[in-house]
Amino acid sequence: MASYSTNEFKAGLKFMMDGDPCSIIENEFVKPGKGQAFNRVKFRNLKTGRVNERTFKTNESVESADVVEIDLEFSYSDGEFWHFMDPSSFEQYAADANAIADSKDWLKEQYVYTVTLWNGTPLLVTPPNFVNLAVVETDPGVRGDTSGGGGKPATLETGAVVRVPLFIEIGEVLRVDTRSASYVERAKKD
Amino acid sequence: MLQNEQLQITLKRRAKLLANVRRFFSVRNVLEVNTPILSSAAPTALYLDSFSTRFEAGSDSKVLYLHTSPEFAMKRLLAAGSGAIYQIATVFRNGELGHQHAPEFSMLEWYRPGFSLTELMAEVDAFMQQVIGLPAAVIFTYRDLFAKYLQLDIYQADDNLLKQIALDSIAGLTADWQTDRDGWLEMLMSEVIEPQLKALEMPVMVTEFPASQAQLAKIEMNAEGHQVASRFELYAGGMELANGYDELCDATELRQRFEQDNQLRLQQGKPQMPIDENLLTAMQCGLPQCSGVALGLDRLMMLHFAENNISQVQGIAFIEN
Repeated sequence: MASYSTNEFKAGLKFMMDGDPCSIIENEFVKPGKGQAFNRVKFRNLKTGRVNERTFKTNESVESADVVEIDLEFSYSDGEFWHFMDPSSFEQYAADANAIADSKDWLKEQYVYTVTLWNGTPLLVTPPNFVNLAVVETDPGVRGDTSGGGGKPATLETGAVVRVPLFIEIGEVLRVDTRSASYVERAKKD
Repeated sequence: MLQNEQLQITLKRRAKLLANVRRFFSVRNVLEVNTPILSSAAPTALYLDSFSTRFEAGSDSKVLYLHTSPEFAMKRLLAAGSGAIYQIATVFRNGELGHQHAPEFSMLEWYRPGFSLTELMAEVDAFMQQVIGLPAAVIFTYRDLFAKYLQLDIYQADDNLLKQIALDSIAGLTADWQTDRDGWLEMLMSEVIEPQLKALEMPVMVTEFPASQAQLAKIEMNAEGHQVASRFELYAGGMELANGYDELCDATELRQRFEQDNQLRLQQGKPQMPIDENLLTAMQCGLPQCSGVALGLDRLMMLHFAENNISQVQGIAFIEN
């Protein structure tokens, strides 16, 4: 397995820490006074999502983590696994409930998601920042009210609930920001 | 285009600051000097890594080192009777790269024959006020800082206590971390105390360092009867900006310190560095009592222009070269 020395540390580098794959968020080279240098590293454990800090002696090395990000199309769920496919190679990947925990409200067939693979297995599924989804349930629309004031909850086809303006009707397709789970606008028809 | 505009601003800022620095010394009759960058000798300090290169001229080939500071050469000038001198030099330190570190950076170094450390500290304070408009500095002893921020008496605390406090107060430090007493003190200083000095929003000068951190400063007895290094550090904006000494003038003691450093290098598997015999010879002939200080000019600019990365004040930065 390849390893990285502290002088190769930078944001985004994937490495193994206590048996889990991690990704560096921030790396700071510190050299106190005339003393020995070290690296103060903030990193995310990609399995648990937790952010930790660790101090490394300069020239200490860590094992690299076989972590890659690829774009995969969501195919279907069988209740236990969520199946994705590489649209160019048709290779299939099965993500478990942990991997889709943060994205399950945004999974729609044929949409493309960024999937983080660790040793070839999906570790994390990240939705695109914006998705277009149809409204399947909401209170009747108030015609003519385009003020956008107030608002009401609407359930989308993937199960996500977002707050929408009063004029939105069942069946309309909305552009939604997945990071804040918020309505952006009516999707443009093309 | 935006990048070019940024570069133009950086170049003008640098030029203006350098002009102000030169004016400060001109008014005070301190002579600007230049000394060689290449030397057949190099500093021995354990955690200071010099770049090396080769001079190639047939049988005359030899290894040369890029200076990590102009200190040794400037002390030779002082011993030759130069009087008060300053230098703005590009210096080189291998392996140092971070938000506040670049492997090559600008250093301002000046020496004042006849000045006590206190007099030099007053001049550094005046420099910071005049050149970048900082408020007057507050002065703490090393012992006071540890008492104030860690409720710790450094003359009483043993190494285990220092380690325990470091592990308790520094996130990300693991119990298997190994270092010596000075290593723990420096760790506490940089990770616990410095951030709190930053919050003071005024420059801080720290004096009376432990004798084990004397480097090239004299060691003397303080008022409480402890051996301390006659040395100060200036901190401002969360950065270590300057390091000053009442300069050790005893060639025999300096040789001993160099040799001790090389012994430590040997133990740690690091290359031993050639001792600067020219410096020791000059010192034997008589280095006048003097105080000297080295100040990081790029960091000074970072502080003055509120930049948080050294690459933003360097014009063409190391990582772009």
